[in-house]
Amino acid sequence: MKVIVDMAKCQDHGQCAIAAPEVFEMNEEGRLVYDGEPGEERRLEVEEAADVCPVQAILIKD
Amino acid sequence: MTGTPGSDGHIAVVGASLAGLRAAEQLRAAGHTGPITVFGAEPYAPYNRPPLSKEVLAGPGDHDAERLHAQVAFRMRSSVADVTFRLGAAVAAADLARGRLTLADGREAGFDGLVAATGLRPRRLPLPGPQAGRHALRTLDDCLALRAALGPGTRVVVAGAGFVGCEVAATALRLGCQVTVVEPAAEPMLAVLGPELGRAVRRHHEAAGVRFVTGRLTAAVHGRDRVRAVELDDGTTLEADVLIEAVGSVPNTEWLAGNGLDLSDGVLCDNALRAGERLVAAGDVARFPNPLFDDRPRRVEHWSIPGDTAKRAAATLTALLAGRAPDPAPFAPVPSFWSDQLDLRLQSFGSPALAEEARLEEGDPARLGEGVLATYHREGRHVGTVAVNLPPARQRELRAAFTRPLLTLTRNP
Repeated sequence: MKVIVDMAKCQDHGQCAIAAPEVFEMNEEGRLVYDGEPGEERRLEVEEAADVCPVQAILIKD
Repeated sequence: MTGTPGSDGHIAVVGASLAGLRAAEQLRAAGHTGPITVFGAEPYAPYNRPPLSKEVLAGPGDHDAERLHAQVAFRMRSSVADVTFRLGAAVAAADLARGRLTLADGREAGFDGLVAATGLRPRRLPLPGPQAGRHALRTLDDCLALRAALGPGTRVVVAGAGFVGCEVAATALRLGCQVTVVEPAAEPMLAVLGPELGRAVRRHHEAAGVRFVTGRLTAAVHGRDRVRAVELDDGTTLEADVLIEAVGSVPNTEWLAGNGLDLSDGVLCDNALRAGERLVAAGDVARFPNPLFDDRPRRVEHWSIPGDTAKRAAATLTALLAGRAPDPAPFAPVPSFWSDQLDLRLQSFGSPALAEEARLEEGDPARLGEGVLATYHREGRHVGTVAVNLPPARQRELRAAFTRPLLTLTRNP
């Protein structure tokens, strides 16, 4: 599964890092870092992260 | 959902905003294989409302509804590709016993299961006088109308200093308007933030140029063919080109009348979001008890709630239609929302509005921009947290304060 975050949209709300902490993380500067190719076993939590993004910046490509 | 039989039959989802979309997606995730129809009163596919008081309202130039909608439209999961969206199709009535909906244009539609996700509409000030120049903000069309009315030098009165009122005030200021906010309470967002943080946010807005008149109601609207002035309950008159009414919301439940439901404030549900034999509710319109706090059913107008309630409501309805008992595990979502105002980001977890006492934990309210943390308590229990400009990396820990009691609930229901 491929995960793409539209960094022009991302406003560092950090909700994805709550929903899928193994895939998304807010670093010390408060910016998002993420795994763009997480394993298929993470699908449910990555979908949850995409759902809860307040600016809907997360795209999952199958 | 391996092993649990799904359901067939036709499910109607009434409401095509965040809760309605998530309900359709989660019905598929819960194993519902029958047809799903989503009815939306607005002509637009599901879109995200928070930017309407901020980015979309502030954006320059473009007034094209379709392009603006594209900016805020929700992406839909591939699982809902076969869901029928009937947009611009308001539902006027439902007959639960017969399984029939009547649309506003008189047509009918049948259902086996029903999701109520009709959300809220803005409450309007019960004041006579000119209508032109008076605005509320809930829909994309509201936003477009307001946008066209705001520009440099526009004199704006915002009635109501809740979160929407304060966000709109900040955006109008950014557009060059002269902004006055009128609020009956002593401070903006008082019910949620408490007096100390409310005062601090007011001063932050005032330093930027927003004027506040607190402890006052709007009493009259003056002007012959359009708003010229707003009169307050002490006789003060504020000259105004635009009046923005941000005085709370009314749940859209009239269409469910006549079915013996409790619609006194939204749709009364049990903890699994069940409101009737084959009716569930999701989103702002659902009134349900949250065992994180107590057993009193409440509506929750936070952005996180449509997603959480839709998921549980979909699982409940799928079980009901398949002839199974709904999952008995307690449903205890952690409410959360954010609000961007000027250079501030307020982030809330739990339900600060339920608290009797606010405690400042970190930071200096006179310097909100540098980060402030407050916690909220009721009967000695921590029920809410508000963070202002704290690093996003802190959010997991702040939210976790409320997920821990959930584990206890699950083990000892």
